[in-house]
Amino acid sequence: MTCSACKGITPDDPRFAELDAFIQDGHSSADFLIAVLHRAQQLFGYLPEEVQHHVAAALGVPPSEVYGVVTFYNYFTLTPVGKYPINVCMGTACYVQGAGRILELFEKELGIQPGQVTPDGLFSLDVCRCVGACGLAPVVTVAGEVHGKLTESDALKLVAELRERAAADQAEAGAAVATVGGESQ
Amino acid sequence: MINLTIDRRPVSVEPGTTILEAARQNGIRIPTLCYLKEINQIGACRMCLVEVEGARGLQTACTVPCTEGMVVRTNTPTVREARKLVLELLLSDHNIECPTCLRASNCELMQLAHDHGVSQIPLQGAHHEAHLDVGSGAIAVDSSKCVLCQRCVAVCREVQGVSAISVTGRGFESRVSPFFDVSLSEAACALCGQCTLVCPTGALTEFDETEAVWRALLDPNKHVVVQTAPAIRVSIGEPFGLPPGSVSTGQMVAGLRRLGFDQVFDTVFSADLTIMEEATELIQRLQSGGPLPLITSCSPGWIKYAEHFFPGVLENLSSCKSPQQMFGALAKTYYAEKSGIDPANIVVVSIMPCTAKKYEANRPEMNSSGYQDVDYVLTTRELARMFRQAGIHLPDLPEEEFDSPLGIGTGAGTIFGTTGGVMEAALRTAAAWLEPDSPSPKIEFQEVRGIPFQVREATVSLNGTSLNVAVANGLAAAGWLMEQVSTGQKDYHFIEIMGCPGGCIGGGGQPIPARGPEALDEVRLARIASLYTIDERMTLRRSHENPAIQQLYAEYLEKPGSERAHQLLHTHYHARVPAGVRRR
Amino acid sequence: MTTVHTPERIRSLADLEAVRALRAGDIALRHAEAVNLAEAPEVQILVCSGTGCQSNKSMSTVEALQAAVEEHGLTDRVKVVPVGCFGFCRVGPVVVIHPGQTFYCEVRPQHAPYIIRDHVLGGKPVQALLYAPNPREKQRIEKMMDQPFYKGQHRTALRNCGLINPECIEEAIAGDRYFALAKAVLEMTPAQVIDELKRSGLRGRGGGGFPTGRKWELAAAVEGDTKYVLCNADEGDPGAFMDRSILEGDPHAILEAMAIAGYAIGAQHGYIYVRAEYPVAVHRLEIAIQQARERGLLGERIFGTDFSFDIDIRLGAGAFVCGEETALIASIEGQRGLPRPRPPYPAQKGLWGKPTLNNNVETYANVPYIVLYGAEAFRSVGTHDSPGTKVFAVAGNVMNTGLVEVPMGTTLRDIVYGMGGGIPKGRPFKAAQTGGPSGGCIPAHMLDIPMDFESLTAAGSMMGSGGLIVMDDLSCMVDVARFYLQFTQDESCGKCPPCRIGTKRMLEILDRIVEGEGTMEDLDELERLAQGIKSTALCGLGQTAPNPVLSTLRYFREEYEAHVRDKHCPAGRCKALTVFRIDQELCKACNLCARNCPVDAISGEVRKPETFVIDPELCIKCGNCAVVCKFNAVVH
Ligand SMILES: Cc1cc2nc3c(=O)[nH]c(=O)nc-3n(C[C@H](O)[C@H](O)[C@H](O)COP(=O)(O)O)c2cc1C
Ligand code: SF4
Ligand code: SF4
Ligand code: SF4
Ligand code: SF4
Ligand code: SF4
Ligand code: SF4
Ligand code: SF4
Ligand code: SF4
Ligand code: FES
Ligand code: FES
Ligand code: FES
Ligand code: FES
Repeated sequence: MTCSACKGITPDDPRFAELDAFIQDGHSSADFLIAVLHRAQQLFGYLPEEVQHHVAAALGVPPSEVYGVVTFYNYFTLTPVGKYPINVCMGTACYVQGAGRILELFEKELGIQPGQVTPDGLFSLDVCRCVGACGLAPVVTVAGEVHGKLTESDALKLVAELRERAAADQAEAGAAVATVGGESQ
Repeated sequence: MINLTIDRRPVSVEPGTTILEAARQNGIRIPTLCYLKEINQIGACRMCLVEVEGARGLQTACTVPCTEGMVVRTNTPTVREARKLVLELLLSDHNIECPTCLRASNCELMQLAHDHGVSQIPLQGAHHEAHLDVGSGAIAVDSSKCVLCQRCVAVCREVQGVSAISVTGRGFESRVSPFFDVSLSEAACALCGQCTLVCPTGALTEFDETEAVWRALLDPNKHVVVQTAPAIRVSIGEPFGLPPGSVSTGQMVAGLRRLGFDQVFDTVFSADLTIMEEATELIQRLQSGGPLPLITSCSPGWIKYAEHFFPGVLENLSSCKSPQQMFGALAKTYYAEKSGIDPANIVVVSIMPCTAKKYEANRPEMNSSGYQDVDYVLTTRELARMFRQAGIHLPDLPEEEFDSPLGIGTGAGTIFGTTGGVMEAALRTAAAWLEPDSPSPKIEFQEVRGIPFQVREATVSLNGTSLNVAVANGLAAAGWLMEQVSTGQKDYHFIEIMGCPGGCIGGGGQPIPARGPEALDEVRLARIASLYTIDERMTLRRSHENPAIQQLYAEYLEKPGSERAHQLLHTHYHARVPAGVRRR
Repeated sequence: MTTVHTPERIRSLADLEAVRALRAGDIALRHAEAVNLAEAPEVQILVCSGTGCQSNKSMSTVEALQAAVEEHGLTDRVKVVPVGCFGFCRVGPVVVIHPGQTFYCEVRPQHAPYIIRDHVLGGKPVQALLYAPNPREKQRIEKMMDQPFYKGQHRTALRNCGLINPECIEEAIAGDRYFALAKAVLEMTPAQVIDELKRSGLRGRGGGGFPTGRKWELAAAVEGDTKYVLCNADEGDPGAFMDRSILEGDPHAILEAMAIAGYAIGAQHGYIYVRAEYPVAVHRLEIAIQQARERGLLGERIFGTDFSFDIDIRLGAGAFVCGEETALIASIEGQRGLPRPRPPYPAQKGLWGKPTLNNNVETYANVPYIVLYGAEAFRSVGTHDSPGTKVFAVAGNVMNTGLVEVPMGTTLRDIVYGMGGGIPKGRPFKAAQTGGPSGGCIPAHMLDIPMDFESLTAAGSMMGSGGLIVMDDLSCMVDVARFYLQFTQDESCGKCPPCRIGTKRMLEILDRIVEGEGTMEDLDELERLAQGIKSTALCGLGQTAPNPVLSTLRYFREEYEAHVRDKHCPAGRCKALTVFRIDQELCKACNLCARNCPVDAISGEVRKPETFVIDPELCIKCGNCAVVCKFNAVVH
């Protein structure tokens, strides 16, 4: 695995300071647990053990209970998501408009099941229940961005676009590395 | 008073009484599974459903308070069908293996299914696979037998203030687990076993070591000695139908001999020894200025809790090992020498009221004899099973005496088994030492006798020295007290802490009352009363009067606090990960 | 956006009226009849900025329109205003031009110049962007209110949605916001407010239909210095989005109503529990709360009286059960969202053990109207026992999906065939599911059922939050029941065995049935479980989870039996029970099916019907061919 999120999180990770700032800004009592977890997930992308323990200690909530809360709510994830998390709405409006087929298509195209991440860390797939854009069913969100009235070919196009975007990003990053390398000679 | 009708009979109850309690007060036993009075009234299991006239749908008797004029029916076809369906559903997701289950003799789920005529389980489908966590060596967790009643979670949170376990996951995937589903051995858990006392099923039990002990007993090369904690003698009769608190010391000794133990000793002996060492330590600390308060260290549940949650108070803990460990260290040194047996061949078995003692015996530092000081720890429940396996019905046995010298104890050592007992025992000896000339030395210190769930404080004056003391039982109370101490809100000289409510008589390895956890309070009080009765009837009631102890010092240890005493009888503590987080 | 500075803090009714006066003209214009736009003194271009249209990049459309306005030097005369959801998200981004209410669909940035040039300057609507009721025909409808989708609607809860800029408190005030609060606080006693509500007959729109006035009365009667007012904006029913629409389009309505509730029951603090899936709604609420505080409409001493009230937002985290009010309370307290048995009711012991009042978003949205215009005005539409209006989220196999607000008692037929425009491709109506996962199906022979609380309950369904899923003959009712049960099983909190295990067992039986492995005994077992779970589950989720199964068993038992006995899915949805083949008698060899088959399972030569066949080895039973064939030649 090469994705940055998996490198492990050390206590001196600067994101803890950001999280603490949020906690100290009026969110330090136990009833803010969910709000603090939201913030933590925003910062870290997921909620690994270290982060949950940190939150537990900061709010004075036993860690087992923090874990109980994290594993109760769908929104919280224990594993890093892909660079482009794809969420297929399986709410009623979307389901009757063929969301099931769209999901199958993503599964086939990406070669992963809901809850998994592609080996290159680019995509993760999940299902959700209604984002309130039911008028546009079937709906898929990519990193929170809503795509509505999705046909099967739209879905394929979407994946292709994201792959291109990622390749372009990489090329850019690669180019940057190459220039740095060039200068050092 | 509130007047209502239950099953066509008029009934009056105090305001605030639930239907369930009202029914119980009037001889109607509504079935329950998740209910623990005042600790877990969450309406989860749906066993206690009753009909209430005018209410929409069935109501849970455990949560609904009685109201004036209420008409309740607890036994109608609808109610019976509802309860039966709930049981069928529970059993359809249950790893049914009753004949081999540790709880077969008193499983609440099995009893309910039986009572409600569940004759088959028509429903099939996905169920939780057996997943056994025995990593702690103290408690066995089998989530495939869990009914998610949450009683364990509630006790761990409310009574123990530990919250080592919670309900995690959601829906069908819900489970009871520690943080991140680790093994209990890797959690901030005291291993006190209080959860095993309230679990209605075989999902949480003691880690069973009876087989290993049978093997040792059958091994002709082994010399197997057993020690029995003070709290066992007043509880071991219960699984054999004796009333709670029955004193069965003599029968227990006889039974242990029949099982094949080579020597039957008494942990009361090493409890007395603990007092000698601890009282010495107290006086030293008082004289040398600290660190104070001195806090007792004979409850391994409390020790483990402190190591996770209060590393800051570890220096206040008495360096004395617990009586069980002192015994083990001496059995493989002093006793081995005295009896000329190679300590390598001595097997020390303890009968303890406690699951944490299993863990304590396995702590790597507990080997000052050069061997593992205590080899096997059996809980009261395991001993009862061994007796049954051996065809021993305890009440039938004659009374026999402990072997000597490690079987001789005083009343002071005996009351170690109840909250307040260690404190009182220590004060008895301290009083004798500090007031050597007193014509009628004080023996009973009623003011420090513990009451289950309560923290007691007292100021005791001994020859002009006034000692502020406190006694706490149950880890929630312990946590509260430690908070007071570490924030400097209270000043004490000496504190006794027992990990379990009521002390060891309420330990996590004790027999589960036949009437289930609702009888726990009553049973605890009965056991406590019996220990004090034993003490009262003894002629030797102060530890330092124990002739075997005097002999031990004379022959082997020299004096309390000596170098050898330190090497064998004292230990140290260290902060443990994961750090515990207390609820704010 | 221009901000007006008079008066900074609103301390009296006069202050409020002064603010309204500032923007009254804007609002009046949006109600005005058509005039020749080229000559209109002022033109307002309303662009939807709801979640649906935003996802279609409506904010780029706003920018493009603004740029075009500037380019033509029209900034003095033409205003581009982002507004809330119009309910017709399917055709978004929606743009409406006032005066004249010209309604444009799917307006992209590249269309902006035409709208300005041809319509605003030229006075001629851009035909291509107008709404076409039937895509195959040329007919276009220009005015919003002439469209079938809007014609039968009666907007009370949604009255400001699509009318005002939700991020501007002045427009909200011009849309009458906070006048009801002023009236309540300044002219009425709490008892009078509650009485008005009771007389209005308003019933909870969150699902239960409990009389709102009665609920307020109970909460008011409990002694206590600290009480709380909650707004349930968890909107869990997948497919329903009226609450989202209100929060995004008219957030001040909710703040105002909650403050009125606070006044009525004696509470000083409120919480809005919003699902995390609604970031736009949360953002709008944050802005609205901030503005209301700045203007003194929330906070200390509202309208200069002794009444103080403030509101905070709490986010959900993806758990349907948190819509149940006791679970919602647990979630606000930062815990797992587990329901607890009632009694005690939240009115007695709610948030942090204090007396607590909880209402749904749409319920609150009706409150200011009732307080301001009186119970009689509210009762003037709807039925006797279900007065007022109800918003339905119409989805599924219907031409016009979206939000419609209609008087209670409007028939299902009027909604499906009137506002909904009927079923696509002229297929027959088979059933409508109302009440979401807690509700049930209404079969075709009951199309004329009045949509009100009593009638729906009597039909074995329920009002629920107003989700309305229309299903045509290609929908399999067993599959639908299975879908809902899968949902409730996924969302069960797990606390009580009937729901945690019972719905799992029901789902397993349904799985067997759709796999063709069901038995007739399974149907009986399904029914026994369903009844048992209803009477033993702890909370509404479990108690209502069996409803979709029970109602489909009631109206479509023969469909279940076909699955079990004949191993056949009449609708062709259940893959294990369906084999697609081409009836060569009917086939016209147009090749449409082959072109639409995702796995190239169909072969045949054009103009040779006898050659068209489906390879059963390849076919993945997606049903596309059956859908596209115009000659119904694909059979199963
Ligand atoms: C499982 C479940 C989910 C619910 N979800 C919602 C919801 O999303 N929104 C809502 O307003 N009410 C929901 N309710 C109903 C609420 O519990 C409560 O009755 C309602 O918010 C009361 O408001 P009202 O009287 O204004 O309708 C739900 C109930 C249950 C049992
Ligand atoms: S827990 Fe009870 S029902 Fe389950 S296997 Fe053990 S004895 Fe049987
Ligand atoms: S006790 Fe009798 S009935 Fe029971 S299992 Fe043994 S042989 Fe069978
Ligand atoms: S052993 Fe004690 S601390 Fe550990 S989970 Fe059980 S009750 Fe809690
Ligand atoms: S482990 Fe035992 S006490 Fe705990 S929830 Fe499961 S069945 Fe209940
Ligand atoms: S109080 Fe006794 S039984 Fe409980 S943990 Fe301590 S030693 Fe064990
Ligand atoms: S009915 Fe379902 S959601 Fe409600 S408490 Fe029981 S398990 Fe939880
Ligand atoms: S059902 Fe789908 S896969 Fe099968 S032939 Fe028709 S279009 Fe192709
Ligand atoms: S679409 Fe229908 S008519 Fe056309 S080729 Fe296919 S089966 Fe035949
Ligand atoms: S059902 Fe998919 S967005 Fe609502
Ligand atoms: S005992 Fe009442 S619900 Fe469990
Ligand atoms: S085990 Fe020694 S007295 Fe408790
Ligand atoms: S979001 Fe634009 S019409 Fe609904």
